[in-house]
Amino acid sequence: MADKVPITLTVNGTKHSVHVEPRTLLVQFLREHLSLTGTHVGCDTSQCGACTVHLDGMAVKSCTMFAVQADGSSVTTIEGIGEIGHLHPLQQGFWEMHGLQCGFCTPGMIMSAADLLQHNAKPSEAEIRHALEGNFCRCTGYHNIVRAVQHASGQIQNQAQAADD
Amino acid sequence: MAEKMFGKALKRVEDPRFITGTGNYTDDIAVHGMVHAAMVRSPYPHAKIKSIDSSAALALPGVIAILTGKDLVGAGINPIPTGWLLPDLKISAHHAIQPEEVNHVGDIVAAIIAETRAIAEDAVALVDVDYDVLESVSLGSTALAAGAVQVHPEAPGNLAFDWTIGDAAATDAEFAKADKIVKLELRNHRLVPNAIEPRASLAEYKRAGDEYTLHTTSQNPHIHRVMIGAFVMGIPEHKLRIVSPDVGGGFGSKIFQYPEEVIVLFAAKKVNRPVKWTARRSESFVSDAHGRDHETVAEAAVMNDGTLLALRVNTIANLGAYLTTFAPAVPTYLYGTLLNGTYKWKAIHAHVRGVYTNTVGVDAYRGAGRPEATYVVERIVSTVARELGMDPVDIRRKNFIQPSEFPYQTPVALQYDSGNYEPAMDMALEKLGYKALRAKQAEMRKQGKYIGIGVCTYLEACGLAPSALVGSLGAQAGQWESALVRVAATGVVEVLTGSHSHGQGHETAFAQVVADELQVPVEHVVLVHGDTARLPHGWGSYGSRSAPVGLSAITMACRKITDKAKKIAAHLLEASVEDMEHVDGKYQVKGVPERSKSFFEVALMAHLAHNYPADLEPGLEATHFYDPKNFVYPFGTHLAVVEVDADTGRTKLIRYVCVDDCGPIVNPLIVEGQVHGGVAQGMGQALLENTVYDASGQLVSGSYLEYTMPRADDMVQLEIGHTVTPSPHNPLGLKGIGEAGTIASTAAVANAVIDALEPFGVRHMDMPFTSEKVWQVIHASQLAQAADD
Ligand code: FES
Ligand code: FES
Repeated sequence: MADKVPITLTVNGTKHSVHVEPRTLLVQFLREHLSLTGTHVGCDTSQCGACTVHLDGMAVKSCTMFAVQADGSSVTTIEGIGEIGHLHPLQQGFWEMHGLQCGFCTPGMIMSAADLLQHNAKPSEAEIRHALEGNFCRCTGYHNIVRAVQHASGQIQNQAQAADD
Repeated sequence: MAEKMFGKALKRVEDPRFITGTGNYTDDIAVHGMVHAAMVRSPYPHAKIKSIDSSAALALPGVIAILTGKDLVGAGINPIPTGWLLPDLKISAHHAIQPEEVNHVGDIVAAIIAETRAIAEDAVALVDVDYDVLESVSLGSTALAAGAVQVHPEAPGNLAFDWTIGDAAATDAEFAKADKIVKLELRNHRLVPNAIEPRASLAEYKRAGDEYTLHTTSQNPHIHRVMIGAFVMGIPEHKLRIVSPDVGGGFGSKIFQYPEEVIVLFAAKKVNRPVKWTARRSESFVSDAHGRDHETVAEAAVMNDGTLLALRVNTIANLGAYLTTFAPAVPTYLYGTLLNGTYKWKAIHAHVRGVYTNTVGVDAYRGAGRPEATYVVERIVSTVARELGMDPVDIRRKNFIQPSEFPYQTPVALQYDSGNYEPAMDMALEKLGYKALRAKQAEMRKQGKYIGIGVCTYLEACGLAPSALVGSLGAQAGQWESALVRVAATGVVEVLTGSHSHGQGHETAFAQVVADELQVPVEHVVLVHGDTARLPHGWGSYGSRSAPVGLSAITMACRKITDKAKKIAAHLLEASVEDMEHVDGKYQVKGVPERSKSFFEVALMAHLAHNYPADLEPGLEATHFYDPKNFVYPFGTHLAVVEVDADTGRTKLIRYVCVDDCGPIVNPLIVEGQVHGGVAQGMGQALLENTVYDASGQLVSGSYLEYTMPRADDMVQLEIGHTVTPSPHNPLGLKGIGEAGTIASTAAVANAVIDALEPFGVRHMDMPFTSEKVWQVIHASQLAQAADD
């Protein structure tokens, strides 16, 4: 067991200076050290996307990097993008369109979709499906997930429109 | 008038916690003093354990204990039983940790308990197990062949059971009359359920009171309690609490009582610390019960006009190394009885042999036996149509059981109580634009483009089921369901159900029904499930039973509440009970709205009992145990359209139309969600997923790198419709919908692919229709064509 190393990172706006074992995965750090259990683990081969978070604004699979690699970075998890009363348009979209069943894939789906919408505010159905290739859902057949992302995309555009007016 | 909730597409009340990352799944729970378990698993499919040297592992700082099979046997821990017995079933002991012999890759030989998960996993690598490696067998038909490797001494020739259903002589007689006999050899390959939440268990033990609590990923916590408590560990039921909190999908795989649950409970007492285990996905592949794995020869006797006479089916069902909880039932009573489909076969005979192999146990996976049966029936009916030069729609229409013929006694035990198959089929054909698409298909073929249309007119039996019936067939469990409806003094309604939601949205759909029954606001209804310490005994969720059985129990309990509330209100209003009516959320004297009591007033008085009928108990709660009279029989038509790229073999779903009849729909959002997910799983089997054991018994598709899961871009937006034929025997006429999509879609997609490949002379090929396989048959056909030219 290697000695613990100091890292500093900001998670959902809160700065944490901690010591972690070098082999601690980012997802493990979030779940076990910070009790942010909204980020899930569904595989051990970087395929399922249940662990997706944003690292300095980009979607990453938090099972695929060490916490030490996030040193100095800013991480946003599902707990950080919205909350009841102030839902992110994607959270709202998943709720409205029944984009989840068991909910296990949902945080990762929302974080991946948020990344998509940051880069492409009005994705086509094919673009949505392509962007979510790295996220597995066993429950929904992706049908309503696509609709949820479309719903969110519409919301975001309406908001932008309203802001412009 | 209060708005009726039944039938409303209400947004789910459980969603806020899931979309904000505040769900509570088993692995999310951490308790003080918790330590971690990791399993030492066999790398061999079949071996004797000669010795286990755990000294190096024990020496690792942070390792607390190492458990072996001998420790468990020595402490009086029994093997894990199966929950379904067939006559003359050959059973081999399935120990949580195998003491002497391992029988599949992934079988547990030891368990490490350590301060952290990382240390426990490090220690796994340090345990030195000396194996005497034995020969192994992984394919059912190979295991049955003469001279095959023997998996268990208890099952000579690896035969666990030999089961038949139907009338062999009557079937032979129909075959003798037939104009034509159509034969198919079908492999329904093995699948891994792959709920995205891996299994997890957390055991706590309290010395004071000698009590255990197990949080575990279960679809049916009471089944876990019965099996672990009464059979495996000898813990009195009141000292074993099973909690199944939020569960990330089940699809059958979380019905079963698994070894790891016993191990963490045993360890928690032994080390006197809470013990958690969470599966790595690679462990899930070799330890979650698999599904399907049939090798079947089916023959249909038919007349030249398309009349279906008789069906003869011979199936080898690979059961894996051990009989898991429902394993013996799945390829027998949930399969053979479904071979009639929606047609008027005069006779059917099925012969199923259940076979042990050195593979992971095979049990219920979404649909459980019914997808396998539907695949046989729907593939052979489409093949018959092709060979008679009929349209696959026409042959179905010709042979459907007619609405006037219900109740309909099939030749394979089931009595269908209701059904109306043609309207569902016509609606689906219309949605698809079937005729036009057939014309387009012919056009496209001329241009070297190949689409295929697959038809599946399925029926299924679900809503398990009358207890006396399943008991007579070998179930070691009842199949009724419980509900306890408890009204608080403030009028809040707590509904405790034995059904379990692991994605099905019970908190919403069940509340809708309760809101209507009690005429209370839906947000005043709170569902409680998944905790044996809080609930009456129940049997959980599988076999699409939550709505027809669980919700029926709730409905009946609500009606008891209403009856009692009327008595209380009558007393308060100094009226007779017979004069009371329940309207608009009030209990009023018939036709006199001024003389009424609200639900709240009645609930409050039930608790105060200050001014109360002398002959009535105080309190306002009711329990109902509902035992259904029959299965329910959902049905429908699924139409799949695929496109095959002849140059690459790539086969893609391009349209999917389904019309299901699951009776009255409580919440269309939830019902359609079930259909979407079910179809994706069935499509996954047809086009993508496969579980492959190599010749040496290794699982070569043991991770998501090799096991192709359906992804977002493999699916299309489904075109969905419904017809409504209520079940005649439960209070709301409900039927199940959880599995229908999977039951229907595999056959629909397979029929579509075979249809697309017709120009290449393909009569049948086995799933999954991967690009490589499809390219091979196209290429072979083109070569043959070229040689002919
Ligand atoms: S946990 Fe599956 S990709 Fe990270
Ligand atoms: S909602 Fe269950 S895995 Fe996506």
